[in-house]
Amino acid sequence: MLANYGYKDGSGDYFITIDTDKCNGCEKCVEACPQTVYEMGEDDSDPLREDPVARVTGEQRKKLKYTCAPCKPYLNSLSGEKTEETMKEIEKLPCVSACELKAITHSW
Amino acid sequence: MAEEEKKEYWRWLESRWTSPDIDWKKGKVISAGVDVGSVSTQAVIMVDGQLYAFANMRTGSDSPNSAQNAFNRALEDTNGLTEKDVHYCVGTGYGRVNVPMAQKAITEIACHARGANFMYGPTVRTVLDMGGQDCKAIRIDEKGKVESFLMNDKCAAGTGRGMEVFSDLLTISINDVGQMSMEVEEEPEPVSSTCVIFAKTEATGLLRAGWPKNKVLAAYCRAMAGRVNELLQRVGVVKDFAITGGIAKNIGVVSRVEKLLDMKALPPKYDTQLAGAVGAALFAKGLYEKIKK
Ligand code: SF4
Ligand code: SF4
Repeated sequence: MLANYGYKDGSGDYFITIDTDKCNGCEKCVEACPQTVYEMGEDDSDPLREDPVARVTGEQRKKLKYTCAPCKPYLNSLSGEKTEETMKEIEKLPCVSACELKAITHSW
Repeated sequence: MAEEEKKEYWRWLESRWTSPDIDWKKGKVISAGVDVGSVSTQAVIMVDGQLYAFANMRTGSDSPNSAQNAFNRALEDTNGLTEKDVHYCVGTGYGRVNVPMAQKAITEIACHARGANFMYGPTVRTVLDMGGQDCKAIRIDEKGKVESFLMNDKCAAGTGRGMEVFSDLLTISINDVGQMSMEVEEEPEPVSSTCVIFAKTEATGLLRAGWPKNKVLAAYCRAMAGRVNELLQRVGVVKDFAITGGIAKNIGVVSRVEKLLDMKALPPKYDTQLAGAVGAALFAKGLYEKIKK
């Protein structure tokens, strides 16, 4: 299941999406993120699943634009549009690159 | 209703119901679901996966009591059915870990999806839940399993709480705001603020500027519709589409969402606030059957 966390405001879309079908609960994203955006918790789509999956903390969901800004210097030169260049930069983010199963994507 | 001392415009109607067609004594599995939300609490009793009884009440000051009240109310008028006869109960919603009679708590996303699948049928793929203090867009498969979801709890705009604030401000009963917002000749610009506190200030300004109440309401309902449409676009809208939660009863918001999507919402067969509790009761049935084996 795709769990979308984040919001849209006047300036753009700020969403982190975690594919819980891919996530194996290795916790590498939790360790990699300098701002504790991720935590391990139950899978919202599959309540009977025993193993925890990664999710974005309730507090961070509301302010991702600001929390992630230090990791995203590319936004100064590239627009928030999902161009090929932006996609390449997104892949280099600490959280995205830490996840070997490619379960994490960012919208900006 | 003898409740007329102090006008409380935001008050919506509580309800309860028992199916006249089901004899619970003949049932094999009696399951229950209790959904404790920030604004309302629902308790649902199912007999072999069929809806048997429900109660929909306002949430009180604490979750355990609210859950117990709704549960007791659902059990009234059920031909002698008591708490002891219920085989398994699942709690869900914001207060789900504080449901005293529940054996297990399950997140509301999964329960809403499952409940919508039951209430609107297997063709539903997109569910918009407009609850008391948050709003969710959920994509589901034909079995009611979640494929994608997005929850907005950033602010009260687009929620029942936001609507309550507005009905109070305009001194119009919450049950009438939707209809009233439709009585405008021309659709006004939506209020620009998405935050309910700013929207309130903006509305006060509009009233001072001489706007009639229905026009202010239209502008607010339109803003709410625009806001939830953004959530829906993120998960992607696939037919059929259904709206659950308290705001699903508000024609002013529903018709504007339908217009933005260019798609009709399926007509509700049950009280739209029941989805979470129905889903919880269905999970309860499954869990009971699993331990029985
Ligand atoms: S790094 Fe990827 S697989 Fe590991 S917990 Fe995080 S999201 Fe899941
Ligand atoms: S971009 Fe940086 S701050 Fe944002 S979630 Fe990833 S690692 Fe954490």
